Amino acid sequence: MTELATRPSATAQKTARPAARPNRRRWRRLTTPVVLVVLWETSSRVGVLPEEKLPPISEVVRAGWRLAEDGTLATHLLDSLARAGAGLAIGVGLALVLGSIAGLLRLGDDLVDPPVQMARMLPHLALVPLLIIWVGIGESLKVTLVALGVFYPMYFNLYAGIRDIDERLVEAARTCGLGAVARIRHVVLPGTLPALFLGLRLATGAAWLSLVVGETVATQSGIGFLMMEAREFSQTNVVLVGLFIYALLGLLSDLILRAVERRTLTWRRGLQAT
Amino acid sequence: MATRPTGDVVTATGVRRVFGDTVVLDGIDLTIGSGEVVALLGGSGSGKTTLLRILAGLDQDATGDWQVRGNLAVVFQEHRLLPWKRVADNVALGVPGPDVQRRTAAALTEVGLAGRERAWPAELSGGQSQRVAVARALVREPDLLLLDEPFGALDALTRLRMQALFGRLRAEHGFAALLVTHDVEEALLLADRTLVLAGGRVVDDTPVPLTHPRAPDDPGFGALRRHLLDRLGVPAAA
Ligand SMILES: Nc1ncnc2c1ncn2[C@@H]1O[C@H](COP(=O)(O)OP(=O)(O)OP(=O)(O)O)[C@@H](O)[C@H]1O
Ligand SMILES: [Mg+2]
Repeated sequence: MTELATRPSATAQKTARPAARPNRRRWRRLTTPVVLVVLWETSSRVGVLPEEKLPPISEVVRAGWRLAEDGTLATHLLDSLARAGAGLAIGVGLALVLGSIAGLLRLGDDLVDPPVQMARMLPHLALVPLLIIWVGIGESLKVTLVALGVFYPMYFNLYAGIRDIDERLVEAARTCGLGAVARIRHVVLPGTLPALFLGLRLATGAAWLSLVVGETVATQSGIGFLMMEAREFSQTNVVLVGLFIYALLGLLSDLILRAVERRTLTWRRGLQAT
Repeated sequence: MATRPTGDVVTATGVRRVFGDTVVLDGIDLTIGSGEVVALLGGSGSGKTTLLRILAGLDQDATGDWQVRGNLAVVFQEHRLLPWKRVADNVALGVPGPDVQRRTAAALTEVGLAGRERAWPAELSGGQSQRVAVARALVREPDLLLLDEPFGALDALTRLRMQALFGRLRAEHGFAALLVTHDVEEALLLADRTLVLAGGRVVDDTPVPLTHPRAPDDPGFGALRRHLLDRLGVPAAA
């Protein structure tokens, strides 16, 4: 066959592909995880993996089910959620106030932004020893840690979002007779929303991470406590349950935020939205 | 049609604008009468946009005296629609009053976009977006329309349509306009008077005494065209 003759069929194949492909690919991408899970289960069942290092996944599921049934899981989960919620609220609130001041006012920018930029260099999790001295080892430590973790991604995205607003749109709004407050409401705020959503998603991730660390310090409740306690009694399966819960929390919160984002930012999708 | 203020809608004397060491506008005197369409020509970087922004109230650092009377509306080279507002909300932006919805619909009808109220700007073509920008200006019932190369970014065919639309709207509403353009033909088709900006000053002020509707092959058009090209420093083609 000549070059010329093979070419058309090659391009035909290329255009025909996309329709059939995504499904096949999705299944293919599932292969490795499934193989790994099966491998895990069998190797710890036959004793290749020692039970105390990595119990079979069925044991982990069973432990999770037991904890869910007797209400232990719900109690600890609620405590963790309360901490994350309080920390998120404080961190996001503070970031919204300071980010708006720095983003909207030149004076605010000069006064607020430099210290925030400097403080960013400190990894907030490294502040744990100092925070223990300042606020003790109680609830306020966990909430403070979450709030700190949440603050930075929220602040920086809001600040950058406001800065990235197209100045020409602000000008157009001004020629339409909009005053400063109306310009913020109709131009700056909606224009910043995409960055705000991104900040919120990163902040939620940071919240879970901070919570994981915070709950390993002198805690009497929460998913982290559940894991630390299980470790002391060498209940590896419960430790793994805790890990899965953390992962699920991260996944769920991200899914919810994405859904809200899609609904709120309909204008970005143009045609599909109407 | 609303009653127009009699007298001039723009009076400016000695308008100066300096960027660093560069004098961009060096004492501009300008009057635009009620209902008068003035085209502002000039080479790239001659300060046309700068002057228009000063009149639009978007430049705080200019010196001199200028006054704009009556309602003002601006159409920029890019449509500058807010992407997060539907077409109708873009047109009605900042418009007070109880019958905004009806007036918005009327303005959209006038630019040939009746029924597109609920569309997002992202769904419109370049020409359609620019029509919405014109509707956004119209709904304000302007006494003075400032246009900065409003059709410059459009393809040739769409530009011709938009020029015709501008002519119709002007005849209908009788607004005055300052039309910044690169296009000598566009200036001669639409304007009552043309100004040429060079070296920070108005170096030419020529009335266009042709009757509407105009066409480039009208008698007198060619002579005016040559005159303007000459003042713009374009050598005459053989
Ligand atoms: N914000 C600014 N800072 C510094 N210089 C500026 C600024 N805006 C405009 N200029 C300068 O002023 C001069 C005139 O600019 P202007 O935009 O008014 O030109 P123009 O006549 O509209 O040109 P064009 O036909 O290319 O649009 C240019 O030399 C430009 O570099
Ligand atoms: Mg310009």
